[in-house]
Amino acid sequence: MSYMHIGKDFTPPCAQGKITGAARYAEDFRREGMVFARLLTSPVPSGMVRDIDVSEALRMDGVVGILTAEDLPAAARPGVPALSNELTYVGQPILAIAAISEQIAENALERIRMNIERRPFVVDPLDSLVEGGPNAYPEGNVMMRGENGMELRPLKWTRQAVEDFRAGREPDAQFTTEWSYGDLEAAFAESTVIVEEAFVTAGYPHHSLEPRTCMAYWENGRCYFHGSLQSQSAANAPLSRMLGIELDQLVFINETTGGGFGSRIGPYPFMSIAGYLSRKVNRPVQVRITREEEFFIGSARSGMQGWIKVGVKPDGKVAAVDVVIVNDGGSSGSGSGSSSAGAISVSYQPTAMRFRGASVFTNTTPRGAQRGPGQNEMHAILAPVMDKAARQLGMDRVEFRRINAPDHNSLVEANQGPVTSAYMREAIDMGAQMFDWQAKVNQPRRNGSKVIGIGVGEGYHAAGNNGFDGIVRIGPDGKVYLHTGVGNLGTYSYAATVRAAAEVLQCSWENCEIVRGNSDLGLPHSSGQGGSNTIFTHTRTNYVAAMDAVAKMKEIAAAELGGSPDDFSIDGTRVFKTATPAQGLTYAEAAQRAITLGGKFSGAEYPEDINDLTKLAVQKITGTGLVGVAKDNLEKNGTAPGLAIAFAEVELDLDTGKYEIRDYTAVAECGTVVHPKGLSHGMNGGGVWGFGMAGFERHVYDPQNGLPANVGLYQSKPPTFLDVPRAMHTAAVNLPDPQSPFGARGIGEPAMGCAAAAIMSALTDALDGHLFNRTPVTPDMIIEHVAQNTYNNKSLKINTF
Amino acid sequence: MPSHDVMPDIELYQPVQVEDALDLASRLAERGWLLGGGQDTYGWLKDRNKSPEAMIDLNGIEALRGIRETASGLEIGALTTLTEVATNPLIRASYSLLSDAAVKVASPQIRNVGTVGGNLVQDVRCWYYRRGLSCYRAGGNLCYADTPQGMNREHAIFGASRCVAVTPSDTAPALVALDASMVIRSTSGERVVPAADFFVGPNVDIRHTTVLQPGEILTAVRIPNTWANATFYFEKVADRNVWDFALVSIAVAMRESGGVIQDSRFVAGAVQCTPRRLEAVEAAVRGKARGEATAMTIGTLASNGAEPLTHNGYKMHLVDNLAKRALLA
Repeated sequence: MSYMHIGKDFTPPCAQGKITGAARYAEDFRREGMVFARLLTSPVPSGMVRDIDVSEALRMDGVVGILTAEDLPAAARPGVPALSNELTYVGQPILAIAAISEQIAENALERIRMNIERRPFVVDPLDSLVEGGPNAYPEGNVMMRGENGMELRPLKWTRQAVEDFRAGREPDAQFTTEWSYGDLEAAFAESTVIVEEAFVTAGYPHHSLEPRTCMAYWENGRCYFHGSLQSQSAANAPLSRMLGIELDQLVFINETTGGGFGSRIGPYPFMSIAGYLSRKVNRPVQVRITREEEFFIGSARSGMQGWIKVGVKPDGKVAAVDVVIVNDGGSSGSGSGSSSAGAISVSYQPTAMRFRGASVFTNTTPRGAQRGPGQNEMHAILAPVMDKAARQLGMDRVEFRRINAPDHNSLVEANQGPVTSAYMREAIDMGAQMFDWQAKVNQPRRNGSKVIGIGVGEGYHAAGNNGFDGIVRIGPDGKVYLHTGVGNLGTYSYAATVRAAAEVLQCSWENCEIVRGNSDLGLPHSSGQGGSNTIFTHTRTNYVAAMDAVAKMKEIAAAELGGSPDDFSIDGTRVFKTATPAQGLTYAEAAQRAITLGGKFSGAEYPEDINDLTKLAVQKITGTGLVGVAKDNLEKNGTAPGLAIAFAEVELDLDTGKYEIRDYTAVAECGTVVHPKGLSHGMNGGGVWGFGMAGFERHVYDPQNGLPANVGLYQSKPPTFLDVPRAMHTAAVNLPDPQSPFGARGIGEPAMGCAAAAIMSALTDALDGHLFNRTPVTPDMIIEHVAQNTYNNKSLKINTF
Repeated sequence: MPSHDVMPDIELYQPVQVEDALDLASRLAERGWLLGGGQDTYGWLKDRNKSPEAMIDLNGIEALRGIRETASGLEIGALTTLTEVATNPLIRASYSLLSDAAVKVASPQIRNVGTVGGNLVQDVRCWYYRRGLSCYRAGGNLCYADTPQGMNREHAIFGASRCVAVTPSDTAPALVALDASMVIRSTSGERVVPAADFFVGPNVDIRHTTVLQPGEILTAVRIPNTWANATFYFEKVADRNVWDFALVSIAVAMRESGGVIQDSRFVAGAVQCTPRRLEAVEAAVRGKARGEATAMTIGTLASNGAEPLTHNGYKMHLVDNLAKRALLA
């Protein structure tokens, strides 16, 4: 299929501003009388603030007010309160203080006196699970279903169960979450190769480069809120609820965001501080957090400690997978164990599977979504495990993956539902050819202290939603205004997806203007920009909105020029009679007619099934042109999968434990490619994230005092320019998904998982099949292994070191 | 525990003459703080884990900048940036051990503002200490890292004395290997201290990593021509290749004649609080040819006597391996 815009490169309109500095982030906005707030945060991992004396701080010149937990609506417990007197991790916000400058606010913090009653704390889930171990909250350490729904309760394992688990044996213990499908016992019985391993993955923070900032002020009963989210329209409803106002009382402005990676998909509790404090002091308030606070407030990936048993039949088909995952839920209790297990079901299609898990609260930073939460770390662990199975079968590792790859008929995840499509074998074949897998595997491997490792790994995440709205407006100036509620999180998907509307309208890109970044401009109800969904979800919404606009233009033209709408065509600037093209209206004329006609043409009337936010948006633009507006009611049956396969060649130095990634090739299976340059950037960026997971990034918490060791960027060690390959090769299968009007699915998260998996696979290959069974694998572990001070991969190290 | 990122209130002095800076340093003594490139300073001050009353900004003093050839070698002003050290033709031509070390410091951005003086006198990077805990080095009475549960992967395998922090400097081992001297001035005059004596461990002074006293300023580094154009080897192993501190580094200078090593300096970084001369290795290779055979003979001499903590035993293998690699390069 040949398109005007789909599959073509373009320069997103905000790109130049990001280079020149003209792009505006929340921190760049000022308002007359604006004051600055700073946070007092917890110095202890667990405790209760018994009394606070802020009198000295409030007496300081320039200090204008204070906000405490008592000023906010009661927060759900356990949870992630914006401010709290109950302290469950170091760095937790206790109060905010506002002053006429940031410096005064910071100085004021030092004048606050408080007494904290300490409580027992725990930074490792297994230390909490073991009988007699401390709980992160007085009531317990897990959320379990009880008489009143989900309740915070203690879950304890016997010492034997914990010891077994640490030693890599299946624990005889209770879990909070379980699912299974198929006959597991029978599937293991027909397996000739059984691989059983323990594993551990570290959690780590997102380190979005823009420390999040909020600025809020109130005018005429409305709250104008400058935020820092991955999403735009997905903010309005929850943020208005958070602030206790109606949907139409909130103006949410978010032109640019410096990355989020899952940590700011929707409004986070911290945002309420700016809103409530500005209302309390009756002045605009900006709250800009520090890099260190981003470590805490920005949340983190959950670490895993686990056990996996895989059964493979003689033909290489994965028959059975049994997996146990204990997640480090941090102070929010959030874990991704079920998603991790679900990813196995997709990538290897076992005929029977069981997952058992528990997400255990610890007194560490809150956990939340982070790029492929669960799926990516699981693939990083899974790749060497499956490599081991392939080796035991005597089967090539790529062929093994090919045999087990999902296709259009595959069933996935716990519910074994269908997929919209899957071309994973095509991706594997394309990648193996690009990478020259066979030649790489057959090359000489050893040169002095250096040894070559060749790896392959998969990535997966569900990548598409439905049911959201689109708005397209044709102005009387003839321009096409593409209204989008997609956030500007750095992926440029806001611009890529509106090109679907331009495609339908067949108009030149130069004649289009993207309307975004401020809910007062009339932006439709949209999905959150998380879960790799945007490309699938919003090519659909833009498609249906543009189709509505085309239908309305044809209807207007038919009414004026005679005939039925079906007699008309469009060419990007005119709507005309197909048989007699000279008879027609320009888009500008059609828009002018729409304004005159009113009703559904001008936006005065709109479909009943669109979201309330979209209704408000249409009301804002009514009468300004021809308004195309619709809800995405297109068919979607099943999971729209984002799939990826990556290949890596590493040269590992046995003396130093360091390795160089000499070659990296990744292939995306994301349906039709919408924006090639955006895709390659996403695949490369995801690749770098994957390298970070495999080799560098992790939480380090001291079990003695609950302190985090690496709150700064230099301590957390995301990969640098010299830690990644000079050239990274990416491609896409580029075959259409039948349930997307332009065939497109998302890929953001699998782009990372496949990279981490390929590196882990390559390291195992370099070390004659040694499995570290953990992420990250750092030089010290490699040195210890080579020195045969065996790094004990059967012992579950804590996932905060 | 508030998290800060703006500067605290502090007096600022910006002298343009060394003498004025020395007067200020003398007058302010422990209440003052010397500012070079700021790459160590701003972290301490913005975190408010160090609270000097006044800052003496040395950046206006041109006399502290530059690289000069002298009758007996080179003199490098303490305020010379690491980028200048890494790219200077004189250094690269005859003392490439130092430029090879300097180019491994942190990142290009940090090297552009960070100075050689700052790189030498920077404080240790033990994360417990940097978080403001009251450890021995901070004036308290315990070490958080030297415990069975301490997170001590980056810490010392030699020379523990209450504190187990390591030297974070990349240029320090190179300068010790080159037999450099440190020029230290105060209102009382000038003293020149050999690099090997300039750095001190916790057994000597637990609060400081150098012999610099309040009121003194490191003004220059002198490199004698003793090792000019020798055979050099520098390697730094860190988790990341940019913006990271060494897990272990090694700086080696070898004077070869007649196909054998006449004399050498093997100096390891990040294994103890000061650059560590590997004298047993130096003795073992004397009179032998560089190469595989000699490398094999040094075995574990580099790590002999190490006392690893819970998580840093790998440093023993690493320092042994790096010493061997110097002989194989």
